[in-house]
Amino acid sequence: MSNKDWPLWEIFIRSKSGLSHKHVGSLHAADAEMAINNARDVYTRRQEGISIWVVPSAAITASAPDGKDFLFDPANDKVYRHPTFYEIPPEVGHM
Amino acid sequence: MNQDLFKFLLRWADNSLIHGQRLAQWCGHGPALEEDIALTNTALDYIGQATNLYKYAAQIEGQGRDEDQIAFLRDEWEYYNLVLLEQPNGDYAFTMARQFLFATWYHLVLNEMMQSQDAFLSGFAEKSAKELKYHVVHARDWMLRMGDGTEESHSRIQKAVDEVWAYLPEMFEMDELDQRMLQQGIGVDLKKIQTQWRSQIEAVLTEATLRIPADGWGHTGGKNGKHSEHLGYILAEMQYLQRTYPGAKW
Repeated sequence: MSNKDWPLWEIFIRSKSGLSHKHVGSLHAADAEMAINNARDVYTRRQEGISIWVVPSAAITASAPDGKDFLFDPANDKVYRHPTFYEIPPEVGHM
Repeated sequence: MNQDLFKFLLRWADNSLIHGQRLAQWCGHGPALEEDIALTNTALDYIGQATNLYKYAAQIEGQGRDEDQIAFLRDEWEYYNLVLLEQPNGDYAFTMARQFLFATWYHLVLNEMMQSQDAFLSGFAEKSAKELKYHVVHARDWMLRMGDGTEESHSRIQKAVDEVWAYLPEMFEMDELDQRMLQQGIGVDLKKIQTQWRSQIEAVLTEATLRIPADGWGHTGGKNGKHSEHLGYILAEMQYLQRTYPGAKW
């Protein structure tokens, strides 16, 4: 089983109307059409989805792992960014 | 028991079972992991169809047999599938050519069967036609890729189409049983489907830059229990467990 000629695709599945597409994994395919077919067979066998997006993995730009300290650490002590300091009137119920 | 209906059901059930069993032999041997999963899904669609049809056939037979006994304890001459479906898988081109030409036909059959007076069959057809629609999409895709691909893939898929061609006339045979079933509003007019099938497959073969083979002599007999040497081997493998350990469950 050699996939050396087939590019990699990232697969996004929307599980039901109203929800957004979620990344579920990746697979190899010769083109977008085949990627959709393969995604259907690999990722929706148990009724996981009603819509599929495929994106060439090469089209994704990722943040650099070694940028973790300055990208994400500064959010560590900004507790005020979490909306936990508001009094919620009982009528509103669970948010 | 309605002998006609029983045999009629077995023809469709046996097509699905033997075709499913053949496709399942690709499990772990597909040309790519994704394709391996695709074909195994497809194989399971057919096995599921066979299960439902055997259950109903058992009910019509009324002898207290269940679907497993009908599937695993019959001999070759009591199997009524098309001779095409028991042929060895060959290379991926042969498997896909057979899959495309058979599935396009079976999809049309199921669309007709939805009008059947038999409530089970019309429901079965409606459910299974959705599965077949995808099988056609999937196989068509490979016909185009291989036909309009490299010199190697083109020559292999052309050879496969040529080989499968001689097994196709059996799909459109209307014997006396088919006629009686049609008259009772249960069966399907296979002659009527032929024109539609022909135009659908010709369009794809042409797009795939493939030559349409000349019609000629065809293999036949499967629908009445006359098979090629290959069915015996399939049954031997498939039935071994139930024959050796009768009633075994896991």
